[in-house]
Amino acid sequence: MDLVQNFPAVSILLCLFAGIISSGLKEKAARYVNTVLIATVMFLNACTLGYVLHTGEAFVYVMGKFPAPWGNEIRVGVLECFMALFFCIIMLLSLLGGRKKLADEVEEGKTFLYYVLMNLLLSSLLALVYTNDLFTAYVFVEINTIAACGLIMIRQNGRTIEAAARYMIMSLLGSGMLLMGICMLYDLTGHLLMSNIKEQVAILSASGEYRIPLLVTIALMSVGLAIKSALFPFHAWLPDAYGYSTVSSAAVLSSLVSKGYIFLLIKIIYRVIGFDIFEASKIIDVLFVFGLMGMIFGSLSAIKENDVRRMIAYSSVAQIGYIYMGIGMGTQAGMAASVFHILSHAATKSLLFIAAIGLTDVSGGSRKFIDLTGAAYRNKWAGVTFTVGSLSMVGVPLFSGFISKLLFAQAAVQNNGKMLPALIVLGISTILNAIYFMKTVIRIYTPVEENKYECITFKDMKLYAVTLVCFIVLNVILGVSSQPIVDLIEQGLAMFS
Amino acid sequence: MGANLFTNYGEAVAMILFGIGFGNLLLQSNLIKKIIGLNIMDTAIYLFLAEKGYVEGRVAPIVVNGVQEAEAYINPIPSGLVLTGIVVSVSVSALMLSITIRLYRRYHTLDLDEISLRLKKEGL
Repeated sequence: MDLVQNFPAVSILLCLFAGIISSGLKEKAARYVNTVLIATVMFLNACTLGYVLHTGEAFVYVMGKFPAPWGNEIRVGVLECFMALFFCIIMLLSLLGGRKKLADEVEEGKTFLYYVLMNLLLSSLLALVYTNDLFTAYVFVEINTIAACGLIMIRQNGRTIEAAARYMIMSLLGSGMLLMGICMLYDLTGHLLMSNIKEQVAILSASGEYRIPLLVTIALMSVGLAIKSALFPFHAWLPDAYGYSTVSSAAVLSSLVSKGYIFLLIKIIYRVIGFDIFEASKIIDVLFVFGLMGMIFGSLSAIKENDVRRMIAYSSVAQIGYIYMGIGMGTQAGMAASVFHILSHAATKSLLFIAAIGLTDVSGGSRKFIDLTGAAYRNKWAGVTFTVGSLSMVGVPLFSGFISKLLFAQAAVQNNGKMLPALIVLGISTILNAIYFMKTVIRIYTPVEENKYECITFKDMKLYAVTLVCFIVLNVILGVSSQPIVDLIEQGLAMFS
Repeated sequence: MGANLFTNYGEAVAMILFGIGFGNLLLQSNLIKKIIGLNIMDTAIYLFLAEKGYVEGRVAPIVVNGVQEAEAYINPIPSGLVLTGIVVSVSVSALMLSITIRLYRRYHTLDLDEISLRLKKEGL
């Protein structure tokens, strides 16, 4: 066995250990440990990605001594490595961009806990991405939820605690359904490892035995994960949680936590149930319809909102709708578009949150649109970055959002039954996106007569400005050289089965 | 169908309990009742697992009198899953309770809807 094959397991364990060690450290040391940890994990995953691309096939890493049907396993393919690498990059940038704000908003002497939570969150995300065992996936889903709840609550005010309570309730409903689904699937198939379950499910579905229990299982797992990733009717907690928590938390929650669950769902579709069986079930249409509804209602709520952070949060609801629409199309192209949109939305949404905080800071801390007038002149870097993010969300060429809309449209054309609703809603949603994002961009570039607030220059915020530039570069890379990434995603999805 | 339901009455009870817990967690507005609902829901899942793992007339897989055949023992994996699940549900219950305490100290009520209403009035 090559040394590189140990890297995914090592990176998960490193994150867990870093979390334990950080809980005994001072703030500065904890921050240092966290930054070094993310960089190390990034390096390890990049090595693994190179290795998997080189050998051209996925490998399985056995955790402990017991072989396949009994033991616990990690499975590493192209898509898993790429996702892990991407998650690390987004987390690092979000933390760098929100570092200054964190010191203001979190109680003195408690900042080290923030990094403990971040380390645990990273470990759970990596485990969700890599694991080949359903019950391990459930346990790490719960760790993810607890860490995310802490990230919402660490800024103490009434809103965040209430948002955390609502978040926990929704998440617990979701994980209850997921656990029930996993238990029923275990009883039907007798296995917990994804590859073994898939064999048995194929046999069961061919013989026609236990048809209804299998359908119920698929429904429970899909709906459970949909609730946890804030699909449209279950998004009530989202605006408060993203709108009032500290900015790094909002960026990480919207771009990583919900995406981790969606990635797990995609893994379940491909590696546990099997794509054809999932497509044949009616659940896929349910996901499709709720995705479409989310795209419209999320955008409508965003238009009504008078608070820039909450507007971006509602926009997340719409974007999650896009992803579920792609999954619901039931074609390989739709799935690839969804995976690309996971990347594109993660890059853009964290950028928007980080840029928005720069704009509100130069407007006396107010998030109301009226106070934001002319904010882009007071903080030029944040203004430019917010514009880039908005253009990307609307779907202007050169930026990542354009590519994902293009992929969704292409996928929709290939599917006869769902082409018309998908294309119509895609069009409407793009117009609605344009309305609220362009409204904001015009607002921040409207000059004001007398300047109430101070201007900020590059000298005052070197780290912040560098982070913003990194975000823009990431976004443009996704938008301009999308073909290799799409190829990579398709190769990864092919490797799943 | 009816006969199946009668032989698998344990599973049927577990499913009914799951529904009760789920409904409570979703619909109650009192936070403590929500947490009780959560615990009923989780316990129902453990009951379901334990019921599925047990085979009539067999014992726990601990070799004491030299019997090696698998037929003599029950399936130990569901019991392991139940233990792991209990650990998880204890920790999330603790977290929910601590959130409830914080909300109660701030607003002197356990009603989540009322808390939301007050937050809206504050207009924070």
